[in-house]
Amino acid sequence: MSLALRLPTPARLGYSFNWAGRIGLAVILFWAAIAIIGPWIAPYPPGDMVDFDYFGPMSSQFWMGSDYLGRDILSRIIMGTRYTTGIALAAVILACAGGVLLGMIAAVVGGWFDTLLSRFLDAFNGIPHLLFGLVVVAAVGSSIPILIVTLAAMYLPGSYRFARALAVNVNTMDFVTVARARGEGFGHIILREIFPNILGPVLADLGLRFVFIVLVLSGLSFLGLGVQPPNADWGALVRENIEGLSLGAPAVIFPSIAIASLTISVNMFIDNLPTRIRDRSE
Amino acid sequence: MDQPLVSVRDLKIGAKTDSGREVEIIKGVSFDIAPGEIVALIGESGSGKTTIALSLMGHARPGCAIHGGTIRVGRHEVTAMSERQRAAMRGTELSYVPQSAAAAFNPAKRIMDQVVEITAIHKLMPREQAEAKARALFRALALPDPDTIGHRYPHQVSGGQLQRLSAAMALIGDPALVIFDEPTTALDVTTQIEVLRAFRSVMDKGAMAGVYVSHDLAVVAQIADRIVVLKNGMVQEEGATEQILHAPKHPYTRQLLDAFEPVPHVPLDRPQAPEPILTVQDLCAGYGVMRDGVPAAKILHDVSFRLERGRNLGVIGESGSGKSTLARAIAGILPAYRGNLLLDGKELAPLLQQRSKDELRRVQIVFQLADTALNPAQSIETILARPLAFYHGMTGAARKARVIELLDMVRLPGHLRHRLPSELSGGQKQRVNLARALAAEPELILCDEITSALDTVVAAAILDLLKELQRDLNLSYMFISHDLSTVEAICDEVLVMLKGRVVEALPAARMSTDAAHPYSRLLIGSIPQLDTGWLKGLEQDPALIAQFAGR
Repeated sequence: MSLALRLPTPARLGYSFNWAGRIGLAVILFWAAIAIIGPWIAPYPPGDMVDFDYFGPMSSQFWMGSDYLGRDILSRIIMGTRYTTGIALAAVILACAGGVLLGMIAAVVGGWFDTLLSRFLDAFNGIPHLLFGLVVVAAVGSSIPILIVTLAAMYLPGSYRFARALAVNVNTMDFVTVARARGEGFGHIILREIFPNILGPVLADLGLRFVFIVLVLSGLSFLGLGVQPPNADWGALVRENIEGLSLGAPAVIFPSIAIASLTISVNMFIDNLPTRIRDRSE
Repeated sequence: MDQPLVSVRDLKIGAKTDSGREVEIIKGVSFDIAPGEIVALIGESGSGKTTIALSLMGHARPGCAIHGGTIRVGRHEVTAMSERQRAAMRGTELSYVPQSAAAAFNPAKRIMDQVVEITAIHKLMPREQAEAKARALFRALALPDPDTIGHRYPHQVSGGQLQRLSAAMALIGDPALVIFDEPTTALDVTTQIEVLRAFRSVMDKGAMAGVYVSHDLAVVAQIADRIVVLKNGMVQEEGATEQILHAPKHPYTRQLLDAFEPVPHVPLDRPQAPEPILTVQDLCAGYGVMRDGVPAAKILHDVSFRLERGRNLGVIGESGSGKSTLARAIAGILPAYRGNLLLDGKELAPLLQQRSKDELRRVQIVFQLADTALNPAQSIETILARPLAFYHGMTGAARKARVIELLDMVRLPGHLRHRLPSELSGGQKQRVNLARALAAEPELILCDEITSALDTVVAAAILDLLKELQRDLNLSYMFISHDLSTVEAICDEVLVMLKGRVVEALPAARMSTDAAHPYSRLLIGSIPQLDTGWLKGLEQDPALIAQFAGR
């Protein structure tokens, strides 16, 4: 047995993915890399009008054509990656961290605190997401921090509901009762006893919520309320170039493909998380 | 009738585990059942008894498959039939009574509709005739109001009645063979007797053959003609009930019988401490919304007792008698609203949060199901290290050494500490559960049915361990159980509880002779004995049963 010589690869540690998961992960990592190294690989400055023609076709000079002002679409998508993934990631982490924490607190404290918080967030959840975004951005004006906070606020109640439902079930388990009988404090019960047992589903939920946020952000940008010109995220790129659709311009197709590839691959990845992560509680 | 009704030859059933490994569950089992004979399949969990019983119907649970051998039931070669042919056979040729009748009935449909379903599926008889037959079966199974009970919904009858109704469901198609899968395991002892009696009487009358799957030798002794002892998917011994009970040949059968024989508990001789470790005075507790300091649902009513240091107290009673609530009230998980708790002569606050860390340390509670009592996301080391850090402030190498020492105390190898609870067997988990309580260095351990979910042999080993630990560590146990032989094996005193009240306190050794209260006598008399004639010879006052069993 060459047990000592084995490398601890993910598969040997029990974290192996199937093919759909691997493809998803590869696409996610690709976009993450683009977001990080974007400014160094973009062929043209994203704000400069470099083509004499507008809605130019794909060519060796402009790989993905040019937009309504003759700017290079490839460079603009590379730049947009930072906005789309960055804003969505920040918003989803805020929404899930807040929702999960509040959900676990509500499940453990129970009583009137739980009732009050749940009803308040339910009422908040009743407001349509896009409408809420429109009102806030219209009232306060659009900036990146405001976009992040608004998107997080939209998705926090759902995350709260999800985490609370899971935590309520774990909270009634005997090991939590044992911890309580031992005299453990609130923090220990929430973070050590409950959180590890709801982590799998919460991660899956986080992925799903990320996808929704990318779509809503694109929607807001499409309506002109997202990232403001001259900068643009992928949704804004679609909006800017929507007139090009009738001209068959690639300028509107490629940002759409970028949105689709990211959201679909995130879904593929979270649906095929290794069972070791997904079913920790089983 | 020289040809057996059922013959199973060299049956092999395999399954695929999650990691894709092939495992053999049943490794070449052969046995016969004559017409009208009841054969019991007995063995511990994982021995393959239910798998064999289901395979008689040609059914293998998801992930399992019949790999070899033949099963013949009547004229049918089950292993050679198509699924459609098997479906036609089920219900009329053979039928199945599941363990949990509550889960087998559809809660949204009336009982009668479900009982006569087999006759409708197989187009055996018109509806009126089927209902008349069902009513006759209800009468034969000694169900109350046989003419109207069919109009009720499943939640409107008791657990024991539902189990008999599921037998009626199985019997309506006049099968030649009925498979009983642990039908009384989930029932209280007094209810179990009624159900066994009802089964016995219909089986005797109908000359049907039966397969009775159980882990309880005493129950099987009452109903089976022959017993097949299984372990790890292999037949260990097969023989007539009398022979198995009185002249077992195989060492494993002897082990099963030994585990059944209660070893009388010898109290430790120690100089009596002046103060009892626990005194409970007029304790009242309950659940629900508090109004005027009294909860909506009162469970415990004026419970009082004393537990001397180094002694063990058993609490017995049927489900719903408040045994577990008592343990929770003492541990402070459910604060008592009235009454006093004295630990070593000092007043103990009813509410957990008002107790000092040291008071919490001295009283530990161990729960029945080690599956839910151990955090599935933490390793054994993390689970055991937490009370060490919490109560004793241990860190680093000292803590690790203590974890290994604790595992050694509960007779587990030290390298198990790296595993997750899901990677341990049921008995091992219960030992870890116990080790966590020991980590606190308690004086009193509240054991809530800790052996009830375990196999007989494993449970006996846990009891031995408890006794040994008591000798070494001067512990006191409060031992809650519905199993009287377990209580007899470990306790000095026994409290009999009924509907939240203590009806009697008895010395454990003389439980069966000294019991004076009619309910204690009923409860103690209902424990099945390892004697084939016990059920027939049992005389019980029906009025007494009606009064106390709450039916």
